[in-house]
Amino acid sequence: MRVLNASGCLDALAAPAVARSLDVFVTKTITPLPRGGNAPVRIAETDVGMLNSIGLANPGRDRFLAEHLPRLLELGVPIWISVGGFSAAEYAETCGLLSGDDVAAVELNLSCPNVEEAPETAAEIVAACRSATQLPLYAKLSPGTPDIADSARAVEAAGADGLSLVNTIRGLAFDERLQPKLASGTGGLSGPALKPIALACVHACRRATELPVVGMGGIATGRDALEFVAAGATDVAVGTALFADPGLLARLRTEFEAALAATEPTPADPQPGLDGFNSENTLQIGANERV
Amino acid sequence: MRRETLTVIGADAVGPYTLLRFRRGRLEAGSPGQFFMLESPGRLLPRPMSLCLAPPGELAFLIDPIGPGTAALAALERGDRIGVLGPLGNGFQLDVRRPLLVGGGIGIAPLPYLSEVLRRPRVALGFRTDHHAEAAALLPGADVVVEPRLVTELLEPGDDVLACGPEPMLRAIARLAPTAQLAWEAPMACGFGACHGCAVEVDGEWKRLCVEGPVLCAS
Repeated sequence: MRVLNASGCLDALAAPAVARSLDVFVTKTITPLPRGGNAPVRIAETDVGMLNSIGLANPGRDRFLAEHLPRLLELGVPIWISVGGFSAAEYAETCGLLSGDDVAAVELNLSCPNVEEAPETAAEIVAACRSATQLPLYAKLSPGTPDIADSARAVEAAGADGLSLVNTIRGLAFDERLQPKLASGTGGLSGPALKPIALACVHACRRATELPVVGMGGIATGRDALEFVAAGATDVAVGTALFADPGLLARLRTEFEAALAATEPTPADPQPGLDGFNSENTLQIGANERV
Repeated sequence: MRRETLTVIGADAVGPYTLLRFRRGRLEAGSPGQFFMLESPGRLLPRPMSLCLAPPGELAFLIDPIGPGTAALAALERGDRIGVLGPLGNGFQLDVRRPLLVGGGIGIAPLPYLSEVLRRPRVALGFRTDHHAEAAALLPGADVVVEPRLVTELLEPGDDVLACGPEPMLRAIARLAPTAQLAWEAPMACGFGACHGCAVEVDGEWKRLCVEGPVLCAS
Protein backbone atom coordinates (compact mmCIF):
# COMPACT_ATOMS: atom_id res chain seq x y z
CA MET A 1 0.00 0.00 0.00
CA ARG A 2 1.34 3.36 -1.01
CA VAL A 3 0.14 6.59 0.57
CA LEU A 4 -0.49 9.52 -1.76
CA ASN A 5 -1.96 12.96 -1.24
CA ALA A 6 -5.35 13.67 -2.73
CA SER A 7 -4.91 16.09 -5.61
CA GLY A 8 -5.22 19.71 -4.53
CA CYS A 9 -4.52 18.94 -0.90
CA LEU A 10 -0.81 19.73 -0.80
CA ASP A 11 1.54 22.28 -2.37
CA ALA A 12 4.78 20.30 -2.47
CA LEU A 13 6.85 23.41 -3.12
CA ALA A 14 5.38 25.24 -0.11
CA ALA A 15 5.71 22.17 2.16
CA PRO A 16 8.49 19.98 0.71
CA ALA A 17 9.00 17.96 3.90
CA VAL A 18 5.37 16.88 3.82
CA ALA A 19 5.67 15.93 0.15
CA ARG A 20 8.74 13.83 0.89
CA SER A 21 6.78 11.90 3.51
CA LEU A 22 4.50 10.58 0.73
CA ASP A 23 5.09 7.58 -1.53
CA VAL A 24 3.73 9.57 -4.47
CA PHE A 25 3.00 13.26 -4.82
CA VAL A 26 -0.10 14.11 -6.87
CA THR A 27 -0.17 17.66 -8.23
CA LYS A 28 -3.05 20.07 -8.06
CA THR A 29 -5.10 19.74 -11.24
CA ILE A 30 -3.45 21.40 -14.22
CA THR A 31 -5.63 22.96 -16.92
CA PRO A 32 -4.45 24.29 -20.31
CA LEU A 33 -4.93 27.93 -19.28
CA PRO A 34 -4.10 29.57 -15.93
CA ARG A 35 -7.01 29.78 -13.50
CA GLY A 36 -7.26 32.13 -10.52
CA GLY A 37 -10.02 30.03 -9.05
CA ASN A 38 -13.34 30.91 -7.50
CA ALA A 39 -14.13 33.99 -5.42
CA PRO A 40 -13.73 33.67 -1.64
CA VAL A 41 -15.17 32.40 0.70
CA ARG A 42 -13.77 29.13 -0.67
CA ILE A 43 -13.79 26.74 2.27
CA ALA A 44 -16.10 25.96 5.15
CA GLU A 45 -16.09 23.42 7.92
CA THR A 46 -19.22 21.36 8.46
CA ASP A 47 -19.99 19.13 11.43
CA VAL A 48 -18.33 16.05 9.93
CA GLY A 49 -16.61 17.37 6.86
CA MET A 50 -15.27 20.27 4.90
CA LEU A 51 -16.61 22.04 1.84
CA ASN A 52 -14.31 23.57 -0.71
CA SER A 53 -14.88 25.53 -3.85
CA ILE A 54 -11.38 26.43 -4.99
CA GLY A 55 -12.24 26.16 -8.66
CA LEU A 56 -9.10 24.48 -10.03
CA ALA A 57 -6.77 27.39 -9.31
CA ASN A 58 -3.52 26.59 -11.13
CA PRO A 59 -0.79 28.34 -13.11
CA GLY A 60 -1.80 26.74 -16.40
CA ARG A 61 -0.11 24.00 -18.38
CA ASP A 62 2.76 25.96 -19.91
CA ARG A 63 3.90 27.66 -16.74
CA PHE A 64 3.47 24.46 -14.73
CA LEU A 65 5.69 22.51 -17.11
CA ALA A 66 8.31 25.25 -17.40
CA GLU A 67 8.52 26.43 -13.81
CA HIS A 68 6.83 24.06 -11.38
CA LEU A 69 7.54 20.56 -12.66
CA PRO A 70 11.36 20.93 -12.69
CA ARG A 71 11.24 22.00 -9.04
CA LEU A 72 8.86 19.18 -8.13
CA LEU A 73 11.24 16.65 -9.68
CA GLU A 74 13.97 17.82 -7.32
CA LEU A 75 11.92 16.49 -4.40
CA GLY A 76 12.83 12.94 -5.34
CA VAL A 77 9.25 11.70 -4.92
CA PRO A 78 7.40 10.01 -7.81
CA ILE A 79 5.08 12.57 -9.37
CA TRP A 80 1.58 12.03 -10.68
CA ILE A 81 0.12 14.89 -12.67
CA SER A 82 -3.55 15.62 -12.16
CA VAL A 83 -4.90 16.73 -15.53
CA GLY A 84 -8.09 18.72 -16.02
CA GLY A 85 -9.83 20.36 -18.93
CA PHE A 86 -13.07 21.47 -20.43
CA SER A 87 -13.07 19.06 -23.38
CA ALA A 88 -11.56 15.67 -24.13
CA ALA A 89 -9.15 17.36 -26.54
CA GLU A 90 -7.82 19.61 -23.76
CA TYR A 91 -7.15 16.66 -21.49
CA ALA A 92 -5.45 14.77 -24.31
CA GLU A 93 -3.27 17.74 -25.32
CA THR A 94 -1.89 18.03 -21.80
CA CYS A 95 -1.29 14.29 -21.59
CA GLY A 96 0.64 14.46 -24.85
CA LEU A 97 3.03 17.02 -23.34
CA LEU A 98 4.02 14.86 -20.38
CA SER A 99 7.14 12.74 -20.50
CA GLY A 100 7.55 9.36 -18.87
CA ASP A 101 11.04 10.46 -17.82
CA ASP A 102 9.51 12.96 -15.41
CA VAL A 103 6.07 11.72 -14.61
CA ALA A 104 5.10 8.40 -13.01
CA ALA A 105 1.42 8.56 -13.92
CA VAL A 106 -1.43 10.83 -14.94
CA GLU A 107 -4.56 11.21 -12.89
CA LEU A 108 -7.48 12.46 -14.96
CA ASN A 109 -9.69 14.73 -12.88
CA LEU A 110 -13.02 13.76 -14.40
CA SER A 111 -15.12 14.89 -11.51
CA CYS A 112 -14.43 18.34 -10.07
CA PRO A 113 -17.74 19.48 -8.55
CA ASN A 114 -16.76 23.16 -8.66
CA VAL A 115 -16.29 23.85 -12.38
CA GLU A 116 -18.20 23.10 -15.55
CA GLU A 117 -17.61 19.64 -16.89
CA ALA A 118 -16.37 18.66 -20.32
CA PRO A 119 -19.22 17.59 -22.59
CA GLU A 120 -17.73 14.17 -23.20
CA THR A 121 -18.18 11.18 -20.91
CA ALA A 122 -15.39 10.00 -18.63
CA ALA A 123 -14.74 7.09 -20.96
CA GLU A 124 -14.47 9.36 -24.00
CA ILE A 125 -11.93 11.54 -22.19
CA VAL A 126 -9.93 8.48 -21.13
CA ALA A 127 -9.97 7.19 -24.71
CA ALA A 128 -8.68 10.53 -26.03
CA CYS A 129 -5.89 10.58 -23.46
CA ARG A 130 -5.04 6.93 -24.09
CA SER A 131 -4.20 7.77 -27.69
CA ALA A 132 -2.06 10.72 -26.54
CA THR A 133 0.20 9.05 -23.95
CA GLN A 134 1.74 5.79 -22.86
CA LEU A 135 1.83 6.93 -19.24
CA PRO A 136 -0.34 5.07 -16.74
CA LEU A 137 -3.76 6.75 -16.64
CA TYR A 138 -5.75 6.86 -13.43
CA ALA A 139 -9.35 7.99 -13.80
CA LYS A 140 -10.64 9.98 -10.83
CA LEU A 141 -14.36 9.43 -10.58
CA SER A 142 -17.13 11.21 -8.75
CA PRO A 143 -19.05 9.50 -5.97
CA GLY A 144 -22.07 11.36 -7.32
CA THR A 145 -22.16 9.19 -10.44
CA PRO A 146 -25.43 7.24 -10.52
CA ASP A 147 -23.62 3.91 -11.04
CA ILE A 148 -19.92 4.24 -10.39
CA ALA A 149 -19.26 0.57 -11.25
CA ASP A 150 -20.61 1.28 -14.73
CA SER A 151 -18.29 4.28 -15.05
CA ALA A 152 -15.39 2.15 -13.85
CA ARG A 153 -16.09 -0.54 -16.44
CA ALA A 154 -16.38 2.12 -19.14
CA VAL A 155 -13.07 3.82 -18.34
CA GLU A 156 -11.37 0.43 -18.07
CA ALA A 157 -12.61 -0.45 -21.56
CA ALA A 158 -11.38 2.96 -22.78
CA GLY A 159 -7.86 2.20 -21.61
CA ALA A 160 -7.54 3.44 -18.04
CA ASP A 161 -4.83 1.74 -15.96
CA GLY A 162 -6.32 2.52 -12.58
CA LEU A 163 -9.00 4.34 -10.64
CA SER A 164 -8.78 7.15 -8.08
CA LEU A 165 -11.82 6.87 -5.85
CA VAL A 166 -13.29 9.26 -4.96
CA ASN A 167 -13.42 12.95 -5.63
CA THR A 168 -15.50 15.17 -3.33
CA ILE A 169 -19.28 15.14 -3.56
CA ARG A 170 -21.30 18.34 -3.94
CA GLY A 171 -22.61 19.80 -0.70
CA LEU A 172 -24.09 22.99 0.72
CA ALA A 173 -23.73 24.60 4.14
CA PHE A 174 -25.46 27.65 5.60
CA ASP A 175 -24.16 30.18 8.09
CA GLU A 176 -26.19 31.41 11.06
CA ARG A 177 -27.96 33.99 8.84
CA LEU A 178 -29.02 31.15 6.50
CA GLN A 179 -26.68 32.33 3.78
CA PRO A 180 -24.45 29.80 1.98
CA LYS A 181 -21.07 29.71 3.70
CA LEU A 182 -19.28 29.48 0.35
CA ALA A 183 -19.39 32.34 -2.16
CA SER A 184 -20.14 29.84 -4.90
CA GLY A 185 -23.03 28.36 -2.93
CA THR A 186 -22.16 24.70 -3.18
CA GLY A 187 -18.76 23.05 -2.87
CA GLY A 188 -17.09 19.65 -2.70
CA LEU A 189 -17.59 17.77 0.56
CA SER A 190 -14.59 15.92 1.98
CA GLY A 191 -13.52 14.52 5.33
CA PRO A 192 -15.17 11.93 7.59
CA ALA A 193 -18.62 12.46 6.01
CA LEU A 194 -17.25 11.16 2.71
CA LYS A 195 -15.68 7.97 4.05
CA PRO A 196 -18.60 5.51 3.94
CA ILE A 197 -19.54 6.79 0.49
CA ALA A 198 -15.98 6.37 -0.75
CA LEU A 199 -15.70 2.88 0.76
CA ALA A 200 -18.84 1.80 -1.08
CA CYS A 201 -17.45 3.21 -4.34
CA VAL A 202 -14.11 1.44 -3.92
CA HIS A 203 -15.86 -1.80 -3.11
CA ALA A 204 -18.20 -1.57 -6.09
CA CYS A 205 -15.43 -0.68 -8.55
CA ARG A 206 -13.10 -3.45 -7.37
CA ARG A 207 -15.86 -5.96 -7.96
CA ALA A 208 -16.61 -4.48 -11.38
CA THR A 209 -13.09 -4.14 -12.83
CA GLU A 210 -9.57 -5.47 -12.66
CA LEU A 211 -8.13 -2.00 -12.15
CA PRO A 212 -5.99 -1.04 -9.17
CA VAL A 213 -7.67 1.56 -6.99
CA VAL A 214 -6.32 4.51 -5.04
CA GLY A 215 -8.86 4.87 -2.27
CA MET A 216 -9.55 8.22 -0.65
CA GLY A 217 -12.28 10.04 1.24
CA GLY A 218 -12.02 10.83 4.93
CA ILE A 219 -8.87 8.84 5.67
CA ALA A 220 -7.38 10.22 8.88
CA THR A 221 -6.08 7.13 10.69
CA GLY A 222 -4.35 3.86 9.93
CA ARG A 223 -7.62 2.08 10.67
CA ASP A 224 -9.35 4.20 8.00
CA ALA A 225 -6.65 3.23 5.50
CA LEU A 226 -7.06 -0.44 6.44
CA GLU A 227 -10.79 -0.21 5.79
CA PHE A 228 -10.11 1.11 2.29
CA VAL A 229 -7.72 -1.78 1.69
CA ALA A 230 -10.42 -4.14 2.98
CA ALA A 231 -12.82 -2.61 0.47
CA GLY A 232 -10.33 -3.29 -2.31
CA ALA A 233 -8.02 -0.29 -2.53
CA THR A 234 -4.47 -0.96 -3.69
CA ASP A 235 -3.21 2.38 -2.43
CA VAL A 236 -4.70 5.19 -0.38
CA ALA A 237 -4.62 8.98 -0.44
CA VAL A 238 -5.09 11.57 2.28
CA GLY A 239 -6.54 15.03 1.84
CA THR A 240 -8.52 16.89 4.43
CA ALA A 241 -6.75 15.19 7.35
CA LEU A 242 -3.44 16.46 5.97
CA PHE A 243 -4.68 20.04 6.43
CA ALA A 244 -5.15 19.43 10.14
CA ASP A 245 -1.85 17.61 10.62
CA PRO A 246 0.93 17.81 8.04
CA GLY A 247 2.82 15.18 10.06
CA LEU A 248 -0.01 12.72 9.47
CA LEU A 249 1.90 10.31 7.23
CA ALA A 250 4.25 8.84 9.83
CA ARG A 251 1.42 8.33 12.29
CA LEU A 252 -0.84 6.82 9.65
CA ARG A 253 1.73 4.23 8.61
CA THR A 254 2.41 3.21 12.20
CA GLU A 255 -1.30 2.98 12.94
CA PHE A 256 -1.90 1.02 9.75
CA GLU A 257 0.62 -1.63 10.68
CA ALA A 258 -0.81 -1.88 14.19
CA ALA A 259 -4.37 -2.11 12.86
CA LEU A 260 -3.30 -4.75 10.36
CA ALA A 261 -1.51 -6.79 13.01
CA ALA A 262 -4.61 -6.63 15.19
CA THR A 263 -6.84 -7.92 12.40
CA GLU A 264 -8.01 -11.49 12.94
CA PRO A 265 -6.79 -13.64 10.03
CA THR A 266 -9.62 -15.38 8.23
CA PRO A 267 -9.47 -19.14 7.39
CA ALA A 268 -9.25 -18.48 3.67
CA ASP A 269 -6.33 -16.11 4.10
CA PRO A 270 -4.48 -17.17 7.23
CA GLN A 271 -1.49 -14.84 6.95
CA PRO A 272 -2.65 -11.53 5.54
CA GLY A 273 0.71 -9.83 5.86
CA LEU A 274 1.23 -6.38 4.44
CA ASP A 275 2.22 -7.86 1.09
CA GLY A 276 -1.09 -9.66 0.91
CA PHE A 277 -2.90 -6.38 0.59
CA ASN A 278 -2.52 -5.78 -3.07
CA SER A 279 -4.78 -5.88 -6.06
CA GLU A 280 -4.57 -9.66 -6.38
CA ASN A 281 -5.33 -10.48 -2.80
CA THR A 282 -7.53 -8.07 -0.95
CA LEU A 283 -9.14 -8.77 2.39
CA GLN A 284 -12.03 -11.21 2.25
CA ILE A 285 -14.70 -8.67 1.70
CA GLY A 286 -13.14 -7.86 -1.65
CA ALA A 287 -12.05 -11.36 -2.68
CA ASN A 288 -15.21 -13.30 -1.87
CA GLU A 289 -17.66 -10.87 -3.31
CA ARG A 290 -15.91 -10.20 -6.57
CA VAL A 291 -18.11 -11.18 -9.50
CA MET B 1 7.09 24.62 10.48
CA ARG B 2 6.76 22.37 13.48
CA ARG B 3 3.74 20.80 15.12
CA GLU B 4 3.66 19.89 18.77
CA THR B 5 1.11 19.04 21.40
CA LEU B 6 1.16 21.95 23.84
CA THR B 7 -0.27 22.19 27.33
CA VAL B 8 -2.63 24.98 28.36
CA ILE B 9 -1.26 26.80 31.38
CA GLY B 10 -3.90 29.51 31.57
CA ALA B 11 -7.14 30.71 30.03
CA ASP B 12 -7.85 34.25 31.17
CA ALA B 13 -10.93 36.34 30.32
CA VAL B 14 -10.03 39.66 28.67
CA GLY B 15 -13.35 41.42 28.06
CA PRO B 16 -15.32 39.02 25.81
CA TYR B 17 -12.12 37.35 24.65
CA THR B 18 -9.98 34.60 26.17
CA LEU B 19 -6.21 34.82 26.43
CA LEU B 20 -5.13 31.22 25.98
CA ARG B 21 -1.62 30.56 27.30
CA PHE B 22 0.46 27.49 26.47
CA ARG B 23 3.75 26.08 27.64
CA ARG B 24 5.82 26.70 24.55
CA GLY B 25 7.54 23.33 24.13
CA ARG B 26 10.02 23.43 21.28
CA LEU B 27 7.98 25.77 19.10
CA GLU B 28 9.57 29.06 18.10
CA ALA B 29 7.60 32.23 18.71
CA GLY B 30 8.39 33.55 15.23
CA SER B 31 8.02 37.22 14.41
CA PRO B 32 4.99 39.42 15.21
CA GLY B 33 2.16 38.93 12.73
CA GLN B 34 3.02 35.30 12.07
CA PHE B 35 0.38 32.79 13.10
CA PHE B 36 -0.18 29.27 14.36
CA MET B 37 -2.81 26.63 13.57
CA LEU B 38 -4.51 25.55 16.81
CA GLU B 39 -6.26 22.19 16.94
CA SER B 40 -9.85 22.85 17.88
CA PRO B 41 -11.20 20.07 20.10
CA GLY B 42 -14.06 18.19 18.46
CA ARG B 43 -13.67 19.99 15.14
CA LEU B 44 -12.23 18.71 11.88
CA LEU B 45 -10.00 21.68 11.08
CA PRO B 46 -7.57 23.72 13.17
CA ARG B 47 -8.02 27.49 13.55
CA PRO B 48 -5.43 30.12 12.56
CA MET B 49 -4.40 32.44 15.40
CA SER B 50 -1.70 35.08 15.37
CA LEU B 51 0.60 35.06 18.34
CA CYS B 52 -0.52 37.60 20.94
CA LEU B 53 2.23 37.36 23.53
CA ALA B 54 5.48 35.43 23.84
CA PRO B 55 6.69 35.53 27.45
CA PRO B 56 9.66 33.24 28.15
CA GLY B 57 8.58 29.62 27.80
CA GLU B 58 5.04 30.55 26.74
CA LEU B 59 2.91 31.22 23.69
CA ALA B 60 -0.38 33.10 24.16
CA PHE B 61 -3.28 33.56 21.76
CA LEU B 62 -6.32 35.83 22.01
CA ILE B 63 -9.50 33.94 21.17
CA ASP B 64 -12.84 35.49 20.20
CA PRO B 65 -15.45 32.73 20.60
CA ILE B 66 -17.52 33.49 17.51
CA GLY B 67 -18.12 29.96 16.22
CA PRO B 68 -17.89 26.33 17.25
CA GLY B 69 -14.13 26.12 16.70
CA THR B 70 -13.17 29.26 18.55
CA ALA B 71 -15.70 28.45 21.29
CA ALA B 72 -14.02 25.08 21.79
CA LEU B 73 -10.66 26.82 22.06
CA ALA B 74 -12.00 29.41 24.50
CA ALA B 75 -13.37 26.57 26.64
CA LEU B 76 -9.95 24.95 27.08
CA GLU B 77 -8.74 24.73 30.64
CA ARG B 78 -5.40 24.58 32.35
CA GLY B 79 -3.83 21.17 31.74
CA ASP B 80 -5.66 20.53 28.45
CA ARG B 81 -3.44 19.63 25.50
CA ILE B 82 -3.89 20.43 21.81
CA GLY B 83 -1.80 20.25 18.65
CA VAL B 84 -0.23 23.55 17.59
CA LEU B 85 1.52 24.12 14.25
CA GLY B 86 3.73 27.09 13.53
CA PRO B 87 4.97 29.72 13.28
CA LEU B 88 3.49 30.24 9.80
CA GLY B 89 3.26 32.97 7.20
CA ASN B 90 4.98 36.33 6.98
CA GLY B 91 4.83 38.78 9.85
CA PHE B 92 5.26 42.55 9.96
CA GLN B 93 8.40 44.19 8.63
CA LEU B 94 9.97 45.78 11.66
CA ASP B 95 12.29 48.36 10.06
CA VAL B 96 9.83 51.23 10.44
CA ARG B 97 10.66 54.82 11.36
CA ARG B 98 7.51 56.07 13.09
CA PRO B 99 5.39 53.03 13.92
CA LEU B 100 1.72 53.33 14.79
CA LEU B 101 0.02 50.07 15.69
CA VAL B 102 -3.66 50.04 14.80
CA GLY B 103 -6.05 47.35 15.96
CA GLY B 104 -9.77 46.82 15.60
CA GLY B 105 -11.68 44.36 17.77
CA ILE B 106 -10.10 40.90 17.86
CA GLY B 107 -7.58 42.34 15.38
CA ILE B 108 -5.62 43.59 18.36
CA ALA B 109 -4.44 39.97 18.80
CA PRO B 110 -0.95 40.30 17.22
CA LEU B 111 -0.29 43.79 18.61
CA PRO B 112 0.90 43.06 22.17
CA TYR B 113 3.79 40.95 20.85
CA LEU B 114 4.47 43.48 18.08
CA SER B 115 4.45 46.31 20.63
CA GLU B 116 6.99 44.49 22.77
CA VAL B 117 9.35 43.87 19.84
CA LEU B 118 9.06 47.49 18.64
CA ARG B 119 9.65 48.75 22.22
CA ARG B 120 6.20 50.11 22.92
CA PRO B 121 5.37 52.47 20.06
CA ARG B 122 2.09 54.42 19.82
CA VAL B 123 -1.02 52.26 19.64
CA ALA B 124 -4.54 53.12 18.46
CA LEU B 125 -7.38 50.70 19.13
CA GLY B 126 -11.03 50.64 18.13
CA PHE B 127 -13.79 48.48 19.60
CA ARG B 128 -17.52 47.82 19.14
CA THR B 129 -18.44 48.18 22.80
CA ASP B 130 -16.95 49.12 26.15
CA HIS B 131 -16.91 45.43 27.06
CA HIS B 132 -14.76 44.63 24.01
CA ALA B 133 -12.56 47.63 24.85
CA GLU B 134 -11.52 45.92 28.09
CA ALA B 135 -9.04 44.05 25.90
CA ALA B 136 -7.08 47.31 25.57
CA ALA B 137 -5.56 46.29 28.92
CA LEU B 138 -3.23 44.11 26.85
CA LEU B 139 -1.70 47.31 25.42
CA PRO B 140 -1.19 49.78 28.28
CA GLY B 141 -1.14 53.38 27.17
CA ALA B 142 -3.05 52.81 23.93
CA ASP B 143 -5.46 55.42 22.56
CA VAL B 144 -8.86 53.73 22.53
CA VAL B 145 -12.06 54.63 20.70
CA VAL B 146 -15.42 52.88 20.86
CA GLU B 147 -18.01 52.93 18.08
CA PRO B 148 -19.44 55.16 16.68
CA ARG B 149 -15.94 56.65 16.74
CA LEU B 150 -13.53 54.95 14.37
CA VAL B 151 -9.89 54.17 14.94
CA THR B 152 -8.93 55.70 11.59
CA GLU B 153 -9.46 59.17 13.09
CA LEU B 154 -6.31 58.58 15.18
CA LEU B 155 -4.02 58.25 12.13
CA GLU B 156 -1.65 61.10 11.39
CA PRO B 157 0.33 61.85 8.22
CA GLY B 158 3.78 60.29 8.40
CA ASP B 159 2.75 57.33 10.54
CA ASP B 160 4.16 53.95 9.55
CA VAL B 161 0.95 52.06 10.17
CA LEU B 162 0.98 48.38 11.16
CA ALA B 163 -2.61 47.26 11.42
CA CYS B 164 -4.87 44.31 12.02
CA GLY B 165 -8.64 44.34 12.18
CA PRO B 166 -11.87 43.88 10.25
CA GLU B 167 -11.73 44.24 6.50
CA PRO B 168 -13.56 47.62 6.29
CA MET B 169 -11.03 49.06 8.75
CA LEU B 170 -8.09 47.70 6.76
CA ARG B 171 -9.53 49.07 3.49
CA ALA B 172 -10.04 52.49 5.11
CA ILE B 173 -6.43 52.48 6.37
CA ALA B 174 -5.17 51.46 2.93
CA ARG B 175 -6.81 54.59 1.49
CA LEU B 176 -5.36 56.86 4.20
CA ALA B 177 -1.91 55.24 4.48
CA PRO B 178 -0.82 53.52 1.26
CA THR B 179 2.42 52.25 2.82
CA ALA B 180 0.62 50.63 5.76
CA GLN B 181 1.31 46.99 6.58
CA LEU B 182 -2.00 45.20 6.97
CA ALA B 183 -2.60 41.79 8.56
CA TRP B 184 -5.56 40.14 6.83
CA GLU B 185 -7.58 37.10 7.74
CA ALA B 186 -9.52 34.50 5.80
CA PRO B 187 -10.95 31.06 6.41
CA MET B 188 -8.01 28.67 6.27
CA ALA B 189 -7.94 24.88 6.46
CA CYS B 190 -4.20 24.22 6.61
CA GLY B 191 -2.03 27.32 7.13
CA PHE B 192 0.83 26.04 4.95
CA GLY B 193 -0.25 26.68 1.38
CA ALA B 194 -2.02 23.41 0.70
CA CYS B 195 -5.74 24.15 0.63
CA HIS B 196 -5.95 27.43 -1.35
CA GLY B 197 -8.86 28.35 0.90
CA CYS B 198 -7.39 31.66 2.05
CA ALA B 199 -6.62 33.10 -1.37
CA VAL B 200 -7.46 36.78 -1.86
CA GLU B 201 -7.23 38.79 -5.06
CA VAL B 202 -4.77 41.66 -4.73
CA ASP B 203 -4.31 43.88 -7.79
CA GLY B 204 -5.50 41.14 -10.11
CA GLU B 205 -3.27 38.48 -8.57
CA TRP B 206 -4.36 35.73 -6.24
CA LYS B 207 -2.34 35.42 -3.06
CA ARG B 208 -2.63 32.74 -0.41
CA LEU B 209 -2.71 34.67 2.85
CA CYS B 210 -1.06 31.81 4.72
CA VAL B 211 2.15 31.78 2.69
CA GLU B 212 2.24 35.21 1.01
CA GLY B 213 0.60 36.99 3.97
CA PRO B 214 -1.06 37.36 6.32
CA VAL B 215 0.71 40.74 6.43
CA LEU B 216 0.58 42.52 3.07
CA CYS B 217 1.54 46.06 2.10
CA ALA B 218 -1.52 48.26 1.53
CA SER B 219 -0.37 49.48 -1.88
